[in-house]
Amino acid sequence: MSTTRTPRTTGISHTPGPAHGARGASGGTAPARSRRPARDDPARRSAAHRAALLESMLGVRRFEERCVELYSAARIRGFMHLYIGEEAVATGVCAALTEDDAVVSTYRDHGHALARGIPAEAVMAEMFGRATGCSRGRGGSMHLFDASRRFYGGNAIVAGGLPLAAGLALADRMTSRSRVTCCFFGDGAFAEGEFHETANLAALWRLPVLFVCENNLYAMGTALARHQARTDLALRAAGYGMAAWAVDGMDVLAVEEAARSAAESVRGGGGPHFLEMRTYRFRAHSMYDPDRYRDKAEIARWKERDPIDALAVRLRADGTLTDRAFAGMERRVAGGIDRAVAAAEAAPEEPPEDLLTYVTSSGEASRP
Amino acid sequence: MTAVTARPATVPPATASRTTYREAMREALREALRADDRVFLMGEDVGRYGGCFGVSLGLLEEFGPERVRDAPLSESAFVGAGIGAALAGMRPVVEIMTVNFSLLALDQILNNAATLLHMSGGQLPVPLVVRMTTGAGRQLAAQHSHSLEGWYAHIPGLRVLAPATVADARHMLAPALADPDPVIIFEHGALYGTSGDLPADPAPAADLDHAAVRRPGTDVSLVTYGGSLPKALAAADALAEHGVSAEVVDLRTLRPLDDATVGGSVARTHRAVVVDEGWRTGSLSAEISARLTERHFYDLDAPVERVCSAEVPVPYAHRLEEAALPQVAGIVAAARRTLGPDVLPAPGADGAQAPGAGGAG
Repeated sequence: MSTTRTPRTTGISHTPGPAHGARGASGGTAPARSRRPARDDPARRSAAHRAALLESMLGVRRFEERCVELYSAARIRGFMHLYIGEEAVATGVCAALTEDDAVVSTYRDHGHALARGIPAEAVMAEMFGRATGCSRGRGGSMHLFDASRRFYGGNAIVAGGLPLAAGLALADRMTSRSRVTCCFFGDGAFAEGEFHETANLAALWRLPVLFVCENNLYAMGTALARHQARTDLALRAAGYGMAAWAVDGMDVLAVEEAARSAAESVRGGGGPHFLEMRTYRFRAHSMYDPDRYRDKAEIARWKERDPIDALAVRLRADGTLTDRAFAGMERRVAGGIDRAVAAAEAAPEEPPEDLLTYVTSSGEASRP
Repeated sequence: MTAVTARPATVPPATASRTTYREAMREALREALRADDRVFLMGEDVGRYGGCFGVSLGLLEEFGPERVRDAPLSESAFVGAGIGAALAGMRPVVEIMTVNFSLLALDQILNNAATLLHMSGGQLPVPLVVRMTTGAGRQLAAQHSHSLEGWYAHIPGLRVLAPATVADARHMLAPALADPDPVIIFEHGALYGTSGDLPADPAPAADLDHAAVRRPGTDVSLVTYGGSLPKALAAADALAEHGVSAEVVDLRTLRPLDDATVGGSVARTHRAVVVDEGWRTGSLSAEISARLTERHFYDLDAPVERVCSAEVPVPYAHRLEEAALPQVAGIVAAARRTLGPDVLPAPGADGAQAPGAGGAG
């Protein structure tokens, strides 16, 4: 890996187009920050690593496609928000984190959870509301948790996870632990007070938070330009006094590089960093959403930038991915999902007698 | 701070000492900060200012700005940060200036602090303490005076405390910090300047599960908490002058409610007056009244009476504010109604009011 750093920019195009276009400087919005050489890790950039990223994205995609079928069959209920189209963000960012780091997620959390390493069995069982689910059936699709992987959830209040992330990072700072708290949220959260309060607090106290804004251009059904007076989110985040730049969120390699660079800086005491991942969801907001607010042509244009196809094309072009290898990935992914579904189907349900368990730690005090 | 270690608590003074509620709370904070490096105090003006109500005065100098941490006016962010820090092993004490301001952090308190343990299937207990001022009586008008303890007591997953005495101000914080779940402590603003004797050492470990009978009696139970306790005790004095023996029960913990102590008192006296500075409709007093009729219907010799705040935003003007809040005369009048005219004729001058009237009187 080169030891020179890409200029911090907010100039990434947010229109579907060439995968690697428009990466020029536009105003130098990022504050000065320490420039240590990035760790050179050939293995990370090896063909095997890229193939692993591809398989990880494919795993998320196929998992959610199966979830759609299961939702139609009423095996999964409630609200379900699909990450399809945005897989490069979770995959690239989580590849740049260590086991000690923390992740705070949103209600669109399947991709984050799987990329963080929560087994598909535990996630699928949670979708089924089973006792073996990663939240023991109390959370469902929107509230996936895994304390052992420092995955602090699936928060379904837009921007509600941000203060939490600041606190996780504050604890690390106060105890001199060198860890990063990565907080995912969407462009919709940028309209919430909790984002602005937390951005200020994190910058003020130089908390080790990596803010990852998944700007998919819509806050549910309201387009970015219809909910933000200024749509350059990285530029505005930089105004809080933290390094901030925009990244092509459809390019998993660009995402990983940016996340690795930002995480290293956060870990090194550089204070909070903000990455605006310019991405797009291919499916509706949720299973209930008739998607009336988006132009079909717009969706089609973005699908041409499918992050999975894009990486597969690149790997094929440089000769590191064969059709046979790709078929092998599909097979492994499908097998894993088959096993997860079968396990979820067979898993026990939580008994109603345990309804009040986990309201308080002692159980006894759960009396009102 | 680099390590998380527990140090022994300081030895309390060996003799009983006169102290204020404010000083007792400060001493509790000091003890907690000394005893455990994981404990820190965070909130608006807790450091250099010394606390909006002077509770944390001097703690910044003793413990430094990392552990007595002034926060921006971002209730949601710093309460949420307290939750996150608690999840990551710290023991934060977050101070919110008043219960009215806490509404800006209600998302974090309800949707995260009270919910994460259950929503995560038991993986994420939140050992957080939130302290806030509550209550009226200081002419601070409608955005600094309300009593919303009942709202918080509505929420599963929280423990809600209302220390009403100097001893409870001194001794409820430590067990609150030891609780693995979120604890909300309501400090009535009118209590900060009150004084009392702290018992000599060894310091009693306050239990957080039981109400306390502050004054035994046989004729009627006055059930109350927080800033209304002094009023209930004064009402009991006034009733005693008329030969009525009133028992005063201090709830202390508003969630979970100690049904046994409240019910036990009513089983003895057969009459109950619930005094609650919250608004009457949907209040904590409504819950207590409902429980008494559910569980002690056949013990009761009279309908449960309630003395609550009038259903109006708390006004500024002194006479109006006084009229809006529970007062001693109103408590006495309510107690008389439970006793009936044959037992104790109510003189008209005492402002007795019909049940269900909004005003506290």
